[in-house]
Amino acid sequence: MFVLVEMIDTVRIPPWNFPRQLNEAIAEELNKKLANKVVYNVGLCICLYDVTKLEDSYIFPGDGASHTKVHFRYVVFHPFLDEILLGKIKYCSQEGVHVTMGFFDDILIPPESLQQPAKFDEAEQVWLWEYETDEGAHDLYMDQGEEIRFRVTDEVFVDTSPTGPAAAASGTICDPGLGLLSWWNS
Amino acid sequence: MLSNYEVFKLLTDLKEQRKDSGKNKHSAGQQNLNTIMYETLKYLSKTPSSRQTPEIVKEFLTAMMPHKLTKAEKLQLLNHRPQTAVEIQLMVEESEERLSEEQIEELIQMVATVLPGDPEQENAAPAEAQIEQS
Repeated sequence: MFVLVEMIDTVRIPPWNFPRQLNEAIAEELNKKLANKVVYNVGLCICLYDVTKLEDSYIFPGDGASHTKVHFRYVVFHPFLDEILLGKIKYCSQEGVHVTMGFFDDILIPPESLQQPAKFDEAEQVWLWEYETDEGAHDLYMDQGEEIRFRVTDEVFVDTSPTGPAAAASGTICDPGLGLLSWWNS
Repeated sequence: MLSNYEVFKLLTDLKEQRKDSGKNKHSAGQQNLNTIMYETLKYLSKTPSSRQTPEIVKEFLTAMMPHKLTKAEKLQLLNHRPQTAVEIQLMVEESEERLSEEQIEELIQMVATVLPGDPEQENAAPAEAQIEQS
C-alpha cells in the first residue's frame, strides 16, 4: 500500500526561520510542500520518512532566504497492481461504485468489474448483486458506508491542477472473496 | 515497500512529536499534513497492523519462510491477517497449484496465532461458548 520514495529537492528557508534548527525547518517545509498532495507518476504523499543527505545552503543575491539541496525519503501511498485493499462505499452511480479509504477518495469500481450479474436500482441509487442459489435469487445491496474488499486494476496519477481530481484508481470485485465483507463472513 | 505497521508507527511517533512541540501546528501550511495524518491513522487503526510490534513482524516473516511466498504476498498477509482460505487464495497467486489444502490451513493457523487479532472479535467468540455451556 505504501512505498518509500527517494527524492531530491531544493528547499527554500525564509530568513525568519533561521533561528530554528535546520533539520526541523527543512522537515516542515517539505511536509508543507508535499503532504496530502499527489505527485505525478509517484502517488499520494503522506509524510516525510527521513533526510538522507543535506548539501550546502546558499543565499542568492536579491533573495534573503537560504536554499538547500536535500536528499530525502517520503512515505507515499501507491498500491501495486492486483493489490487487495479494504475501503468503504462512498456512493453508487451509473458509472459504478465509488469507494473511499478516508485518506484516498477517488476509487471507482466500474459496472463490468462488479460480481455478475449486477443491477443498478434507480430508485435507491444503489448497485446490487443478483446472487443465485438453489433456493432462488438473493439481491445483495451495496449500501453506503459498507466495508468492501477490492483488487486494484488501474491507477492514474494526473498532473495536479487547481480544480479536478488529481489521482484516481480503479478496482474490481469480480473474484471470490472480493466485495462487501458481510458477503463472505459467515 | 513499507508495511502498514511501519507507516502506522511512523505517524503515531510524528503525532507525539508534534503534540510536544506545540506551536504553529495550525498554520495554513501544516493543515495538509494534519489532515493526511489524521485520515491515514484513522484508517490504519482499524486494521490488524495497529496491533503489531517489530518482534511480531519478525516472527511472522520467519514463520513464512518455508512457504516460499513472494515479498508482495507476505506483505498482503501481514497487512490483512486473512482468516479464511478464500482470502488467502486472493492474496497468493496460483495458490491452488503452489499450496495444498493442509498448507493453506497451516497458513491460516499461523496467521491467527502470530498476528494479534481484533479484541472485539475474539471477545465475542468466548462469550458465545460460555452461553452454550450454561
